[in-house]
Amino acid sequence: MTDTTMDGSKRRFLVAMSTALGGVAAVGAAVPFVLSMNPSARALAAGAPVEVDLSKIEPGMKVDVEWRGKPVWVVHRTPEMLALLGKHDDKLTDPHSENTNQQPDYCKNPTRSIKPEYFIVIGICTHLGCSPTYRSDIGAPDLGADWPGGWFCPCHGSRFDMAARVFAGSPAPSNLVVPPHKYLSETRVLIGVDQDAST
Amino acid sequence: MQKLLSWIDARFPLSETWRAHLSEYYAPKNFNFWYYFGSLALLVLVIQIVTGIFLTMHYKPDASQAFASVEYIMRDVPYGWLIRYAHSTGASAFFIVVYLHMFRALLYGSHRKPRELIWIFGMLIYLVLMAEAFFGYLLPWGQMSYWGAQVIVNLFAAIPIIGEDLSIWIRGDYVVSDATLNRFFAFHVIALPLVLLGLVVAHIVALHEVGSNNPDGVEIKNKKDAQGRPLDGIPFHPYYTVKDILGVVVFLIVFSAIVFFAPEMNGYFLEANNFIPADPLKTPEHIAPVWYFTPYYAILRAIPPMFGSQFPGVLAMGIAVLIFFFLPWLDRSPVKSIRYRGPKYKIALALFAIAFIGLGILGILPATELYTWIARVLTVVYFAFFLLMPWYTKHDTYKQEPERVTAK
Repeated sequence: MTDTTMDGSKRRFLVAMSTALGGVAAVGAAVPFVLSMNPSARALAAGAPVEVDLSKIEPGMKVDVEWRGKPVWVVHRTPEMLALLGKHDDKLTDPHSENTNQQPDYCKNPTRSIKPEYFIVIGICTHLGCSPTYRSDIGAPDLGADWPGGWFCPCHGSRFDMAARVFAGSPAPSNLVVPPHKYLSETRVLIGVDQDAST
Repeated sequence: MQKLLSWIDARFPLSETWRAHLSEYYAPKNFNFWYYFGSLALLVLVIQIVTGIFLTMHYKPDASQAFASVEYIMRDVPYGWLIRYAHSTGASAFFIVVYLHMFRALLYGSHRKPRELIWIFGMLIYLVLMAEAFFGYLLPWGQMSYWGAQVIVNLFAAIPIIGEDLSIWIRGDYVVSDATLNRFFAFHVIALPLVLLGLVVAHIVALHEVGSNNPDGVEIKNKKDAQGRPLDGIPFHPYYTVKDILGVVVFLIVFSAIVFFAPEMNGYFLEANNFIPADPLKTPEHIAPVWYFTPYYAILRAIPPMFGSQFPGVLAMGIAVLIFFFLPWLDRSPVKSIRYRGPKYKIALALFAIAFIGLGILGILPATELYTWIARVLTVVYFAFFLLMPWYTKHDTYKQEPERVTAK
């Protein structure tokens, strides 16, 4: 009789253990599939830093360079543009760059740059990823007489000043992102690499 | 012939399946106009699968070739234009029939006990359909494809903490790129269609298990004849197959008229910006999703950013879709059909329909201050329909349901 009775608790234990182990194996097997969707070595390499020659940018002009497939704007700000920057802090969402995700520490200053005349920023709206339009025309009729120059996002109407700080009331929640960058010489800048702490 | 059939039946339940789902599946005899859209959704699914297979034969899922391969299909492939227009029109037609099919449930209480699982399977189908439409829309690699995908993937980036890495994982790159196009193609042509077919089978099996609801919302299984057949039921085949064929004919007339005469539907089915190749460095002036997503897009835009984050809007949009799942349990009315309900539900449903269509229109238009405020009001109406439902359905008046269906 003893050899035909079923040991229920032992069977339940074995079923539970094999189910659990099978589950672990299934999760383990899923790992390579999930990770295969991460950026490939080629995409990572394409995200390498980009060098820009600043001497070719005339005052007031903006050049677009591509870094990690995103537009990065390099603007040569004129003294007039810089002078207007401090005049509208009360209208901005984050005038003093308190949101630390939006710029490296060495750009947390009134001009959001290492050198005030050269401004480097990722040209993607923090609202939903559109690329705002450069509107350096001070007092542009369609943007209001007090328009200090900056960027206007055509998608949902966000406004940014010449340090890409967002005006309060825009759909964008935060200032545009300043990418990590460092100066290789007086006129050459490398976008995508942080400035050393020592310099 | 009979011998062959019995040979098969001994090995595969062919006749049994035919009887269970067609010739001896008893459906209520009082189906009306609203009951066309289930079978039409099935027809559109077939159209999408067939046209999709033939498009795959010529399309190249490669960022440098995708746009040109679509133009190649349009100009050089024999009848390529017809197959592609049928597929693009089919996408919009799918949402039209599915929205009407869902509205039918709200009218006659088809989602209510004992049909909750049919409703849940149906909602899953709707979610997969939205994903399918979204992935498919990237494939032509036009400006609107590109920037639409950019906006939608960035919605995931708004999720706190994991958002940024999650969006990179979805794209397989730092921006929408070739890697993104390739994987969206894989999802669009194989992964999601397999899931979709499985869900459609589950939806129909669950329906045939409990039986169809009807415009009176009364159970025909409660009154059966001596053979156990519902007194108010008629065999699906031939009665409803013939009825549905009429629907198919009318539908195909309208469908063909659109495919042949207005495939772009004035920019609503195929947006003008999508005839420009994708340019990652230049955002179109005005980004609008295709019409079937616009109600949710309007809700997204209506919610202002809070605590320096886009997340509340994204969350509201997600909840606006997922809240449908809870409908069977939110409704506390003792009757199912709108025919026997009181004024509160009728007003609520009318307001909901206005809010849904209104948000859909606002989602197409640029966001001005006035429109944003209208969208906010309609968003409140939208959510109030669901969140106040337990209250207004419980305290609503209602008429006594009849014992049997009221077909003339």
